[in-house]
Amino acid sequence: MREILNDIDRWRSDGKKVAVARVVKIEGSGPRDPGAAMAVNEDGEVAGSVSGGCVEGAVVSEALAIIGENAPGRMVTFGYSDDEAFAVGLTCGGIIRLYIEQLDW
Amino acid sequence: MSTLIYQQFTDYIRNETPVALATIIEGPGVGAKLLVARVDGVEKVIGSLGHPELDRVVARDTAGELEAGRTGVRHYGPEGQATPEDLIDTPTVVVFIESFSPAPQMWIFGAVDFTAALGRVAKVLGYRVTVCDAREIFATKRRFPMADEVMVTWPTPMFEKRGNTLGPRDAVCILTHDPKFDVPAVQGALSTSVGYIGVMGSRKTHNKRLERLAEVGVNSPEQLSRLMSPIGLDLGGRTPEETAIAICAEIIARRTGHLATSLKNTDGAIHS
Repeated sequence: MREILNDIDRWRSDGKKVAVARVVKIEGSGPRDPGAAMAVNEDGEVAGSVSGGCVEGAVVSEALAIIGENAPGRMVTFGYSDDEAFAVGLTCGGIIRLYIEQLDW
Repeated sequence: MSTLIYQQFTDYIRNETPVALATIIEGPGVGAKLLVARVDGVEKVIGSLGHPELDRVVARDTAGELEAGRTGVRHYGPEGQATPEDLIDTPTVVVFIESFSPAPQMWIFGAVDFTAALGRVAKVLGYRVTVCDAREIFATKRRFPMADEVMVTWPTPMFEKRGNTLGPRDAVCILTHDPKFDVPAVQGALSTSVGYIGVMGSRKTHNKRLERLAEVGVNSPEQLSRLMSPIGLDLGGRTPEETAIAICAEIIARRTGHLATSLKNTDGAIHS
């Protein structure tokens, strides 16, 4: 998260709402370790990443939905082996669990 | 919610204070946060997960994770129950604990062209870079804008003053080629628990250096096995930038314990 703080601060000082997605768990092969983080502002601008580019698009949609609904944080899972997983998977075959929340703390 | 925790959190990260953030990611109180920082060796706890006993147990575990530099998920009961039997028939609070340790350090001795290239690559890898040389006209911030710090000093006082801040994640790269400088730098580095010590020079320079080190009593196999000299992986490159990649690649391979070879020529899981 360290590397995206400057972007987050800039957005917040511009009065933008921001959501942050963090990798909390990886099962099997995964491109980024727990702690990898990505921030999305209300305009859909992005800083950081949570995978090798496989799931970032879906994370942006989810983050924007959370901002739009003013919803509490929630877990989102991506991966081929999960029936409830989103329609995107990781090319490496692993499962990635993310926690996405508004930066309102 | 106030922005107090986020503000504290970013302040700690920016001033290189070890800090860990615990967040409830599933269960009652989702989103609640507890921040644990180690300020001058004393733990400081900010925020709450909604129950004093849960706060106490999670703060204790978070401090432990911070000490170990670990990031991961833990499960509790809503009142801080942590043993599996206590978690039956109670909603589970899932807590993500994320540790933020200060950036690892790289000290580079010798203010030469290779230093600038190595400093740039080290910054890409997230190191806090210190360039050190006794010659005032070479060791300037202007020549090494990528460095977090440029020190005009001899190696010995540098290690005496700050050697105890070096640990297994850190690296010392000695690029001087100058016996006046590299012998005390090697001695200083060996007196610390730094994880990587690389010393530049041809095989001829390396052999002469070994003689000079022996003269000052550095000759035990344990000491000499810590020296990566000549420095770097054998990638066959020549430029300062290629050399910098070879050095950093060696640092990574030493840390992971992997043989540095093409994945094409090996089997098994890539990330293990």
